[in-house]
Amino acid sequence: MLHFIGRRLLAMVPFLLLTSVTVFTLIQLPPGDYLSNYAAQLAESSETVDQATLENLRQRYGLGQPLPVQYLKWMGGVLQGDFGQSFEWQQPVWPLIRERLGLTLLVTLSALLFTWAVALPIGIYSAVRKYSLADYLFTFLGFVGLAVPGFLLGLLVMYVAVTWFGQSVGGLFSEQYEGAPWSLDKVLDLLAHLWIPMIVIGLSGTASLIRIMRANLLDELNKPYVETARAKGLPEWKLLLRYPVRAALNPFVSTLGWILPHLVSGSVIVAVVLNLPIAGPLLLQSLLTQDMYLAGAFLLLLCCLTVLGTLLSDILLALLDPRIRFE
Amino acid sequence: MPEGLVQAPAMPAALRQPVLEVRNLTIGFPLRQGTLRAVDGVDFDLHAGKTLCLVGESGSGKSATARAILRIVPRPGQIEAGSILYRGAGGETDIAKLDPGGRQVRAIRGGEIAMIFQEPMTSLSPLHTIGFQLVEAIRLHTRLDRRAARARAIELLRRVEVPRAENAFERYPFEYSGGMRQRAMIAMALACNPKILIADEPTTALDVTTQAEILDLMRELQRDLGMAVLFITHDMGVVAEIADEVAVMHRGRLVERGPVEDIFLAPQAAYSRMLIQSVLRLEEPAPQRAQRAERLPNAPILLKVDGLTKVFAPRKGLFRRGGEAVQAVAGVQLELREGETLGIVGESGSGKTTLGRCIMRILEPEGGSILLRQRDGSVTDVRGLDRAGLRQAHREMRMIFQDPYGSLNPRMTVGEVIGEPLLVNGLLSGEALRRRVGELLEMVGLPAAAAERYPHAFSGGQRQRISIARAVALSPRLIVADEATSALDVSIRAQVLDLLLDMQERLGLSFLFISHDIGVVRYFCDRMAVMYRGRIVETGSTEQVCSAPEHGYTRALLSAVPSADPRRRGLGRRSRYRDE
Repeated sequence: MLHFIGRRLLAMVPFLLLTSVTVFTLIQLPPGDYLSNYAAQLAESSETVDQATLENLRQRYGLGQPLPVQYLKWMGGVLQGDFGQSFEWQQPVWPLIRERLGLTLLVTLSALLFTWAVALPIGIYSAVRKYSLADYLFTFLGFVGLAVPGFLLGLLVMYVAVTWFGQSVGGLFSEQYEGAPWSLDKVLDLLAHLWIPMIVIGLSGTASLIRIMRANLLDELNKPYVETARAKGLPEWKLLLRYPVRAALNPFVSTLGWILPHLVSGSVIVAVVLNLPIAGPLLLQSLLTQDMYLAGAFLLLLCCLTVLGTLLSDILLALLDPRIRFE
Repeated sequence: MPEGLVQAPAMPAALRQPVLEVRNLTIGFPLRQGTLRAVDGVDFDLHAGKTLCLVGESGSGKSATARAILRIVPRPGQIEAGSILYRGAGGETDIAKLDPGGRQVRAIRGGEIAMIFQEPMTSLSPLHTIGFQLVEAIRLHTRLDRRAARARAIELLRRVEVPRAENAFERYPFEYSGGMRQRAMIAMALACNPKILIADEPTTALDVTTQAEILDLMRELQRDLGMAVLFITHDMGVVAEIADEVAVMHRGRLVERGPVEDIFLAPQAAYSRMLIQSVLRLEEPAPQRAQRAERLPNAPILLKVDGLTKVFAPRKGLFRRGGEAVQAVAGVQLELREGETLGIVGESGSGKTTLGRCIMRILEPEGGSILLRQRDGSVTDVRGLDRAGLRQAHREMRMIFQDPYGSLNPRMTVGEVIGEPLLVNGLLSGEALRRRVGELLEMVGLPAAAAERYPHAFSGGQRQRISIARAVALSPRLIVADEATSALDVSIRAQVLDLLLDMQERLGLSFLFISHDIGVVRYFCDRMAVMYRGRIVETGSTEQVCSAPEHGYTRALLSAVPSADPRRRGLGRRSRYRDE
């Protein structure tokens, strides 16, 4: 097992280097760079552009140099933990990302928990009572949830929250707490705001999860070992949870690899609509303005998280399913 | 005319009352149109220390009957009428009246009446250790704490002769062999000293030698613990071996019930007579074989296999680097004459299926030669053929597979299935093809109109007939039949064998007949080859090998086959073979 993990970690190194090249190329693909965007913006707002200042900046960031040199410069920094400066924010990239990471984790994890809490019981019920009225109802609602885009749902929920509950919506904090140091009141305020993004982001995943759980469990329910357990005299619900549900959950572990990157890049549009101070909108913004170092850091982070997530899910799966361990 | 229950002469007056009395049991499955009566007015008794065998073909309602006793009839089936009177420690209970999810019936399940199932592979959860599943069964019905339950579980594993029981306790089911899994199942069923053990085809998925050992074990346990056993099987040999009493089911009804000798020697109901006869008929060689015995030794050799070898490279797992290479076929040598049938017998894993596939070159052998005599008398080595040559050879050698459900494409009509080999070889098309398919269907005993329908509309036996029609469509000279009759019920099996014999006479076919069923081979094959761990350990005429086996393994194999005669029980005295 240790041997396996070691090998996998080693294999990650060349893979991540390759990804970094790809990431760098992708960022460079659109015509122009941050400075030409910046100049265009200045010109639009009819401010005078000082060519000397621009040239100065270009020199400082090495933007005029050939691409391989730029890449090496960038990677050299990354390997030392320096992800460079964000052009737009005029500050180092890493603290910028780190600042948003905590809230991002909070929002996405709570959304994930919400998804599981809703989808798994419904999926189990739908499988055990296949073709019942409730199964059809949940299936219908699930497909509606799948079909409604997240940002639309976000707008709807915000509308309902404002008109019916009179709650201030948008963002994760009320105005007075924005930027304020952490206190009990601020936490309470955060929790009062959290439920909207939790539901909006969480609901988008429930439909597919319900269907997957239902299908997985239906496969397991007819297996002979369920009948064996029933013949032992186990109560029905205990039997369901202990044997077929346990087996049906295994495929979920393998989806963990996708959840980690989803933490950062997921639900970008919903976050923009709900004005959430999380990583998604920042990533979008950096791509739009060709803020090279910020975007590059984000994309690299996403790749690392994907690779790590896959490894984690493989290890977890092996721990959970003895058949894989002994394979 | 529905047949009434024919009661064989009464058993000697039982001293004790039966532990279980089933009366007029009726189980219905509501369908869109009306209700399907899967079990219709069944009566029987179970006595302590006695074994009742419930026999019948697939779909006769025997499994539903067994499940009704534990109230685990699969949805939407339900008990419509009748009573299941159980006499336990707590007095008499009518199980049929209990709530199927209730506390009372759960206390009976596993605690008083235990059940073991057919598929040892899938009847235990693959995600939990054997020990976990055993301890769970023990603690459901007793007040033992974890440690005591563990000790009891290990004791049970020892009782069912699982080697190194402490070690086995921690193992997962997939680390056990089929026979060991079934032992673990039995240990689980015995966890709470049940009064009644229901066994639903517990040995059907096992090899004969393993089956013999499991039957031994069950008999011994029954003697020691005094359980009543309800044993469900379709194998009359097993019935003859272990039954005290037999109940024959046909289409949901109990057609006959009585002591085992009476059922075998003087069956009353027409259906049981047919059942017994189709079993006894397989005890003798087919009459066609005697007629050709004279001319066969002079017939030219059609197929000569020499030094055939196939090695399966180790599979690389996720967490394991490599493993041992498996030599599935190790230098096999055999000969098959024109018009002859050679049976290849052996247990699962002996390499017989791989051998058949190597000869067809579905699998690529590593060494050896496969010499096939052509129609003009020349001889080609099938192993050296290129794609085009192999295609020609495949017109001479065809295959029939075991699973009549999996081997026919469900999206093609029967006509397309049978016509395909003719079509892809560019031999016939259009009206001529249609006529030929009609002829082939009639040859295998199906109406020509069947060509328009899809495979799902046919029963297992009929599907196997369709497979045979497909195999002979190109007028081949050699057919490799891999367990072609194993998935069929006894009476259907005999019919399909007779069909094959008939086709052999008419078309001059030779068969390579791969089977684990010695009875079928004795009936059908002129010569037989016994395979063990990739090697052929003995070859000879069927009669000679069966009556005077020379190799120790052949002796062990033959002595493990139960004979369909209750007066000749003898698995306990069988010989065993260890080659290490």
